[in-house]
Amino acid sequence: MSEILVLVDHVDGNVRKTTNELLTIARRLGEPSAVFIGSGEAPVEALKKFGAEKVYVVDDAEIKGYLVAPKAEVLAQIAAQASPGAILIPSSAEGKEIAGRLAIKIESGVITDATDVTDGGVTTQSVFAGSFTVQAKVAKGTPIITVKPNSAAPEEVAGAGAVEQFAATISDAAKTAQIVASQPREATGRPELTEAAIVVSGGRGTGGNFDPIEALADSLGAAVGASRAAVDSGWKPHTFQVGQTGKVVSPQLYVANGISGAIQHRAGMQTSKTIVAVNKDEEAPIFELVDFGVVGDLHTVLPALTEAINQRKG
Amino acid sequence: MNIVVLVKHVPDATADRRFESDNTVDRVGVDGLLSELDEYAVEQALQIKEKSGDDVTVTALSIGPEKATDAVRKALQMGVDQGVLVTDDAIAGSDAVATSLILAKAIEKIAEGNGAADLVVTGMASTDAGTSLVPAMLAERLGLPQVTFASVVETQGDQIRAKRDGDAATEVIGATLPVLLSVTDQTGEARYPSFKGIMAAKKKPLETYTLADLGVDAGQVGLDAAWTTVEETTARPPRTAGEIVTDEDGSGAKALADFLASKKFI
Repeated sequence: MSEILVLVDHVDGNVRKTTNELLTIARRLGEPSAVFIGSGEAPVEALKKFGAEKVYVVDDAEIKGYLVAPKAEVLAQIAAQASPGAILIPSSAEGKEIAGRLAIKIESGVITDATDVTDGGVTTQSVFAGSFTVQAKVAKGTPIITVKPNSAAPEEVAGAGAVEQFAATISDAAKTAQIVASQPREATGRPELTEAAIVVSGGRGTGGNFDPIEALADSLGAAVGASRAAVDSGWKPHTFQVGQTGKVVSPQLYVANGISGAIQHRAGMQTSKTIVAVNKDEEAPIFELVDFGVVGDLHTVLPALTEAINQRKG
Repeated sequence: MNIVVLVKHVPDATADRRFESDNTVDRVGVDGLLSELDEYAVEQALQIKEKSGDDVTVTALSIGPEKATDAVRKALQMGVDQGVLVTDDAIAGSDAVATSLILAKAIEKIAEGNGAADLVVTGMASTDAGTSLVPAMLAERLGLPQVTFASVVETQGDQIRAKRDGDAATEVIGATLPVLLSVTDQTGEARYPSFKGIMAAKKKPLETYTLADLGVDAGQVGLDAAWTTVEETTARPPRTAGEIVTDEDGSGAKALADFLASKKFI
């Protein structure tokens, strides 16, 4: 069986859940080899736990100050050595850019935003704001596939986790877009928006008061999201935006509050398993999507709902 | 200074978008327009031109069937100086790999007349395929620093600084021109064409290139040459209509709580 390279998504060595999902998918295709690009001790145990047979460790001291291009060079060099059966990359903004550059370098086809990958390498994507499902396959070279969060349930299987220190050679050309400053995202204590099982979002109807949204989110252990209208009004930073130009989420439960449901927003949440909405306007297009909707004022409905949830939990 | 801004003609997201029988996007039977996300790229290109006192030429570049001219024309109306459309029957069905190849060759061809591009500006994604692959691929092909997903852009002389909201951090990216820049919708509202702009656009140069003009072999592009194949496209079944209740005297919260409990979310 050939190696399947998985680019490890991590923050300061802490492996993110998406990596476990990618390793799980990689096992369908071959033998998972994790590629860890970072500093300090590599999280080998964490990667072994989800089936990594091999862990390529690449020290990022020389490259962490530069955007995207060096990581594509690293993967191209590992691919040249390992001749993998496929390369799986998290479908983040950066991940897709790495995949794009890598595709040109190793003359291989690339598929982005896969929500499933079969053992035969057929991928599933959701397109046109979730109104179509597409099945595709890479036809040339080593398939490069970027995979969205929540595309597989991570399965724990012990892997050998053989460590190989990999010394990549980074060209000067890859070190031209410099990261001159970096401000880590403030921890909210809530789940990551794209990874969360439940997302509670607020829109124009909040009038800028997200307290009821956040209280409901916390009662459900959910992530908080916002519509473009709420972000454009300056009520929430862009990192909270759910929609075509923000995060595309596909949780088990999506709760839209005071959100009309414009195409821009629908593109970001339409594939959620269960959709619930609270909106004063019974004509709001969001109600066309819901499994359950409440026509009412979120400022009264949400606090009562939060209380009911906390009571039932208690 | 030369700026090339990429503009894509896409099926209108509010229309019924669909696929052709060969699983390519229907680009002819559905109303199209300049991709909204590329309007932000045009806006930033124009702002950079306006701020820099130098002689700046902004060229809008597109690939597509003949009706894609509309996207280029919209950019001209917004204030871009000249337009180029690459159109050729052999291009239909091209993937991001082939698209980036054609764009790279067209940018080189534009440089023959204008001088090399100092800035190539794109949107963050198209509103149809939306892969976000082309900017990174183009940077790779042109050997340019990639300053991408910028939410704020500042230029000074040959230096560019951009704010990028990454997944784990907000970063400031710096590079020296020439640069490939992609911008998000956070960079600020795009201008509407003025009446004067619409009239002026009619006199602006708009050139058409074929693959032969660019020295690109037709066998390298199009559906048959794509490095990925779409095996199937399926319209998602419409969501079944859910239950809608009207909140009266707090009944809404209880009904919703019951629903969430029935689905085991509580």
